Amino acid sequence: MLQGSNLACVRGDRELFKGINFSLEAGGLLQVKGPNGSGKTSMLRMLCGLSNPASGEISWCGQAIRSLGSDYYNSITYIGHLSGTKDDLTVIENLRISSALSGFEISIPQAREALQYMGLGGREILPAKVLSQGQRRRVALARLLVCKTALWILDEPLAALDAMAVKLIQGLLEQHLQENGMIVMTTHQEIDIAAPSITQLQLA
Amino acid sequence: MFLWIIQRDLLLAARRQSDVLTTLFFFVIVVSLFPLSVGPEMNMLRTMAPGVVWVAALLASMLSLGRMFSNDYLDGTLEQMLLSPQSLSLLVLGKALAHWLVTGVPLVLMAPILGIQYDLPIDALFVLTISLLLGTPVLSLIGAIGAALTLGLRGGGVLVSLLVLPLYIPVLIFGAGAVDANMSGLGFEAHFSLLGAFLLASLVLSPWAAAAALRVSME
Repeated sequence: MLQGSNLACVRGDRELFKGINFSLEAGGLLQVKGPNGSGKTSMLRMLCGLSNPASGEISWCGQAIRSLGSDYYNSITYIGHLSGTKDDLTVIENLRISSALSGFEISIPQAREALQYMGLGGREILPAKVLSQGQRRRVALARLLVCKTALWILDEPLAALDAMAVKLIQGLLEQHLQENGMIVMTTHQEIDIAAPSITQLQLA
Repeated sequence: MFLWIIQRDLLLAARRQSDVLTTLFFFVIVVSLFPLSVGPEMNMLRTMAPGVVWVAALLASMLSLGRMFSNDYLDGTLEQMLLSPQSLSLLVLGKALAHWLVTGVPLVLMAPILGIQYDLPIDALFVLTISLLLGTPVLSLIGAIGAALTLGLRGGGVLVSLLVLPLYIPVLIFGAGAVDANMSGLGFEAHFSLLGAFLLASLVLSPWAAAAALRVSME
């Protein structure tokens, strides 16, 4: 489904990585590993189509993602290391607007349910600026519950989360894989996910 | 989706009123200072009124351009917008429209009141308001290109003025010219037609150009 061949990334005059190959099938998880500054985030942004690889090709269902455009965006959910929550909007507004932007318009009860699941019940109408880092992360991750896409691209989804939330997210990821979804993620934590195929991609 | 963006930006503006008021006060203050400093010579005031009001509107609109994309850029929402299955041009159009509603419309509404200080006759006030109504959306649309190009650059504010001002000049000439033409007895229709043409051209071209610029800036 998702394939990368001979990928390279250059930032300024520094080559972050080159010759990276991988392929991800339905129900598979790809964990991108590497020390700080090794290009994990650059790799994920490339996979999203936000930036172009210096060389190589990324393809989705056999077609280059560059030529797919919005068809590709319909099938991915990207949660970057910036959580994308607006300080001046309330928690529920943040979730509803960010999912509408990803093409999934949800009703208020649906949004409430997702937030309840993420442990943010009762905080729906607080402005996001009063939330802690971990809670912001939860708001961003709540999008995974409402946006039903095949491929999730997650940049450090477990950062700033407490032990309970880590468990919750791991459960969510497991469920997504069981439903034949695909996940590409970076994390420094050990992940404890029962999945048929976990591929690890080590960057320098 | 288009409506979601407008609604979101208006909501954000409502929660952060100081940003909107800054632009409006700037406009009011600049326009009001001229009659005070030049003195009460009616003829001179009438001649300079359209130019002063238009220059002030132009600068006020430019003042808030930096914020059009930078806040979304800093908190990661812009990345999400780029990955939206909807067309990015449409999104940019929504943002430019929201920018106009928040900064342009208040200026249009204030202009006839401020025009009284310059002893403009009623029909000239009317022409001034309509010219601003046609011209200020063009300022927001062209500004979106500049804002998208300078996104994330240090000193982007200066650069945005350099990029955008030359493109603003035709709007300024024909906007202020419409009022002059009306007061000197020539018709203002030709000026309005040209302003309308600018508006249509920028409605079509600038969302597309700004979307392309955003993709480059975000890479």
